[in-house]
Amino acid sequence: MPTASETTEPTGTQRTTAAGASGNGGARPVRKVRQGRRKPEFTARRGFMIALFMAPAAVFVAVFTYYPMIAGSQMAFRNWKLTDLTDTSWIGLKNFQDVFADPAWSTVLGNTGIWVVGSIVPQLVIGFALALWLRRRFRFRGLYQALIFFPWAISGFLIGILFRWMFNSEFGVVNDLLQKAGLIDEPVAWLADPKTAMFAVVVANVWYGVTFFTIMILAALQSIPEELYEASALDGAGKVRTLFQITIPYIRVTLVLTVLLRVIWIFNFPDLIFGMTGGGPNNETHIVTTWMIKITQQGDYGRASALGLIVVATLLVFATFFLLATREKREVKP
Amino acid sequence: MIGKESTAGRATKFTFLGLWLLFTVFPLYWITITSLKAPGDIFAFPIAYWPEHFSLENYSGLFGKADFGVYLTNSLIIATVAAAIATVISMLSAYVLARFEFRTKSALLMAALVTQMIPTFIALGPLYLLMTDLKMVDNRLGLILVYIAVCIPFCTVMLRGFFENIPDALEEAAMIDGLSRFGALFKVLLPVMRPGIVAAFIFNFVNCWNELFLSVTLMNSDSNKTVPTALNGFISSFNIDWGSMSAAAVLTILPTMVLFAFASRHIVQGLTAGAVKG
Repeated sequence: MPTASETTEPTGTQRTTAAGASGNGGARPVRKVRQGRRKPEFTARRGFMIALFMAPAAVFVAVFTYYPMIAGSQMAFRNWKLTDLTDTSWIGLKNFQDVFADPAWSTVLGNTGIWVVGSIVPQLVIGFALALWLRRRFRFRGLYQALIFFPWAISGFLIGILFRWMFNSEFGVVNDLLQKAGLIDEPVAWLADPKTAMFAVVVANVWYGVTFFTIMILAALQSIPEELYEASALDGAGKVRTLFQITIPYIRVTLVLTVLLRVIWIFNFPDLIFGMTGGGPNNETHIVTTWMIKITQQGDYGRASALGLIVVATLLVFATFFLLATREKREVKP
Repeated sequence: MIGKESTAGRATKFTFLGLWLLFTVFPLYWITITSLKAPGDIFAFPIAYWPEHFSLENYSGLFGKADFGVYLTNSLIIATVAAAIATVISMLSAYVLARFEFRTKSALLMAALVTQMIPTFIALGPLYLLMTDLKMVDNRLGLILVYIAVCIPFCTVMLRGFFENIPDALEEAAMIDGLSRFGALFKVLLPVMRPGIVAAFIFNFVNCWNELFLSVTLMNSDSNKTVPTALNGFISSFNIDWGSMSAAAVLTILPTMVLFAFASRHIVQGLTAGAVKG
């Protein structure tokens, strides 16, 4: 069974067609495919057809996603507590002030930083390394890729449960293995101490997230023309120089977009922590989105909604800056 | 780099690949082994990496004490129906987004991306009220409708990638041969797209099967619970019964793993085709 990547081995000179036909996440070529689209002819029939085909998707997303989101967003500026629904008046920015004034807020922010950065960096590094190692075909490579893809079939919540059991202080297999290896003398109560608990949830997230980087980067690597490497070898460039001067510049677009997408997802991924620590001990492993769950469960929909808007605003600002900061470099022709 | 490979290089490579595989597979192995131990043996020292006695007690307990069969059936029905409808709807929108240029196109794609940025919890309250008005709280059809909406944006982006990889010439030829655009779509494009469509369906199915927060919010009665909701109940009601939990976890993971094994090649293709292009 050929893997996706085996079918995407392009031969350099036919970059555009190869990338277009194989759908790998390579650099520019993919975008060029669209230039050949037929010219827009603004006929009524065409417009009707576009509307007809878009309508079901638009209706569903508008009714069940956008309407509740917008309705939920305005709660951020109202006194909207489940405990007292008689007064849902507009209170301006009070909910936001409450969020920032909460003594737990700095912990939540710090944890979110650890969660996002601590997860994304190892995911990127390990994912990149695996992709480089998987580039060359070997026996069972297809099987290997399918196996390391498995974490993706599991929900974040269940991943939290799996690791919660493995990091169990008494009967956990992690302590047992570490003790057998002589790395620790006493069992560690991983999830009882906020510091080790944050470490443990990050480990679980790295376990889950590496594969996404691997498949994205692998697909991009396979769009790099072989000639570039041959030329580089002729120049006598070593492996490290080749990596930094050819490989990384060539797949920059994929790297940038994958990191961006992952940061958005990880930021917005309360499921794993929810299943693993539930934010405990003493609310010390909450990230912004699990904190939002807790506030929602307390019935303060207004404040939870304010938290949600803070998340959206942060991600929008991040996405803008990230894309701007990496734009110039993306234009450089490899 | 892709040229010669030294023996030392190969050794390092396969060592790391092997270690990573071990690390990836171990949690799955561990939860399975745990579930197959007799309930008492789970909390026995020393920890057994291969139980002396295999037992299905945890599994039989699930179907006896808890209505796990009911939850599995609910999840199966809801995920299948929602994933199928979402795939069909996304196919239409993805087709239009891949094949036509029009003014609102980038706005629509942006709207799809924004759905990924907004935390679910911001919408839960109003969604609950909306479903109450529609008399669809604690109703399987209600959850199906919500899941369809959840699946559509990413599924559309994914399928659009597949459509763009099929040359226009294919349908053009079909249309010259006298087929209408609908005809060309259904008779010519869809057969070629089949792997992509299967991948999209499986991706949707797995997402619906795994979804927790919406299901917890919208389904109250025991007979309507989905599997993740039931798992969540295992945590809150009795300080985690690891025997039942591990068995339930295995039963939850197994179907999705089988589906992924079946389609991982095409899912990978769909993710790399769709997601990167955004």
